[in-house]
Amino acid sequence: MNTITDSAVFERIRQDIADNSVVLYMKGTPIFPQCGFSAAVVQILTHLGVKFKGIDILQDPELRQGIKEFSSWPTIPQLYVKGEFVGGCDIVREMFETGELSEALSSRGIDVRA
Amino acid sequence: MAMDAATIERLIKESLPDAKVTIEDLRGDGDHYAAHVLSAAFVGKSRVQQHQMVYAALRGRMGNELHALALQTGVP
Repeated sequence: MNTITDSAVFERIRQDIADNSVVLYMKGTPIFPQCGFSAAVVQILTHLGVKFKGIDILQDPELRQGIKEFSSWPTIPQLYVKGEFVGGCDIVREMFETGELSEALSSRGIDVRA
Repeated sequence: MAMDAATIERLIKESLPDAKVTIEDLRGDGDHYAAHVLSAAFVGKSRVQQHQMVYAALRGRMGNELHALALQTGVP
């Protein structure tokens, strides 16, 4: 990938995470996840009643590579809250289990089902 | 493509010599692992940073050969 493409993809990512409070880069869609890890995060967010934008990286090879470089994170899914990278599936799951995820979301002004 | 558990453990220990590494083959198929890594090097780091350190130890294999590595990190 050349630098021009990089910056175009990065720009799109910046826009997406600025325009949407909760963004999940995932394989497949929230309705039809294509990977167990993505499905697990969708399930957690849905359980918490959190509104989020799912972005299917399988539809876009440039984004698939770009998001890994943008976050310095090698795997998908990736969860962003208010423009900040929260983590991948394992971290989201661990934070959910300890209650930290609800706390992190509500402290950032995101509605979470009690 | 798969990696065996011993290779994963060796790579992690090369970067984090004090690490206590436990690897579980989740499905017995050599392709779905769970790794639990405890290291003093994680002190003061966020979870994201701790995982990034393990990914760095795996030198680019995570997300490629290694698709399914459930990771848990902590301080001993």
